[in-house]
Amino acid sequence: MVDLAGHYLPIAIFIGVALLITAALMIAPFLVAVNNPDPEKVSAYECGFNAFDDARMKFDVRFYLVAILFIIFDLEIAFLFPWALAFKEIGVFGFWSMMIFLGVLTVGFIYEWKKGGLEWD
Amino acid sequence: MWEQANEIWWSYGWPALIIVGQSVLLMVALLLIIAYLLLMDRKVWAAVQQRRGPNVVGPFGLFQSFADLLKFVLKEPIIPSGADKSVFLLAPVATTVCALAAWAVIPVSADGWGTWVVSDMNVGILYILAISSLGVYGVIMGGWASNSKYPFMGALRSAAQMVSYEVSIGLVIVTVLLCVGSLNMTDIVNAQKTGLGTQMGFTPSALDWYWLVLLPMFVIFIISALAETNRPPFDLPEAESELVAGFMVEYSSTPYLLFMLGEYVAITTMCALTTILFLGGWLPPVDIWPLNAVPGLIWFLAKIVFVFFLFAMAKAIVPRYRYDQLMRLGWKVFLPISLLMVVVVAAVLQFGPKWGVV
Repeated sequence: MVDLAGHYLPIAIFIGVALLITAALMIAPFLVAVNNPDPEKVSAYECGFNAFDDARMKFDVRFYLVAILFIIFDLEIAFLFPWALAFKEIGVFGFWSMMIFLGVLTVGFIYEWKKGGLEWD
Repeated sequence: MWEQANEIWWSYGWPALIIVGQSVLLMVALLLIIAYLLLMDRKVWAAVQQRRGPNVVGPFGLFQSFADLLKFVLKEPIIPSGADKSVFLLAPVATTVCALAAWAVIPVSADGWGTWVVSDMNVGILYILAISSLGVYGVIMGGWASNSKYPFMGALRSAAQMVSYEVSIGLVIVTVLLCVGSLNMTDIVNAQKTGLGTQMGFTPSALDWYWLVLLPMFVIFIISALAETNRPPFDLPEAESELVAGFMVEYSSTPYLLFMLGEYVAITTMCALTTILFLGGWLPPVDIWPLNAVPGLIWFLAKIVFVFFLFAMAKAIVPRYRYDQLMRLGWKVFLPISLLMVVVVAAVLQFGPKWGVV
């Protein structure tokens, strides 16, 4: 418990200090700078004309695909971390277990590649 | 009653106060260093293009960054009428706080008394990986809340790019962890005290650091770090020629400053991470008298500046990537190579000759 507090309390305090500095910077111009908005100034940026419609629109599904791929691989990395830590203790069995896992994952990756999930054109 | 209060103060209040002091010290030092790294960035860029760079404010433009800060604070903060105000203002705060938070576990030096770090936690590198992933939130929030097309596209691109390169960075870190066997940042540096060089009979030197044994991973890490922090040549989220300024289009005054600050803090974090993982942290290049008498902090700073110089040179001399090339590099080149390298490094450690190299 003491150890836990010893390691994580400093991080909480550090983030608190960071928040304070950031908030101070954020609030400063609202206090000292001029604030004189007019309709043209606060309109959304567009090249020379008023925006036709709202910007919350449909977007390319590939961004979604990248997000899903990222989750798969990031989970895999999270799984590799404890394996890498215990690598010297678990020996040959541990090595081959992870190789089988990585092999399965590679098959999925190759499938994804062949299906064109990684194409941007 | 009085004694009890006294005891609580000495066992909780005082240590907490010390941590607050350490945090403020580290953060002020970090922000000062970033002010000058920013100047260095502009000076290097100018020198490559045979310009002088900022040279008006103070001698050689040394106070340029502080003048910029003052200018940002005195500018009018504009909130677009269509924007979601709370998310719009929260986004830069999220970016900067996430970027700064990573520094809580980065050890800057070590001596007889211990490591110079706010929290010497045992899962340091995992914490960094987690907190640097959170940086994407600031970008997405800023791009979405602006309710304007350019920021929206910029935010989508930026998020896709950051998560793509996060994967190869993660795999590179796994190969280093295979060699070290610990998630603690101090242990990672200390593991580089011995290695290839000492094995061949030299005194502990730069040859022991992981940049040599893991050279391909070192190169992949540096390039991925450039992409992860949206630095040129991978600055597509801000590509001026297509997206004006990406997710920052609608921002002005200090909200804009905080995005820029968060970006530079993230870049400095990546420089520090490169230093710790591959360049031996605060260890001197050769462990002989005049060099090992220099404080570790100086070596650490020197290495950070060196890595930052590489980043600045890449910005100055490399043309910008196209978006499909960027995604191809991340998913079709770096991911297979780093996945293969994890297998190779593990196989060498398992079946290779027991040099005790790593």
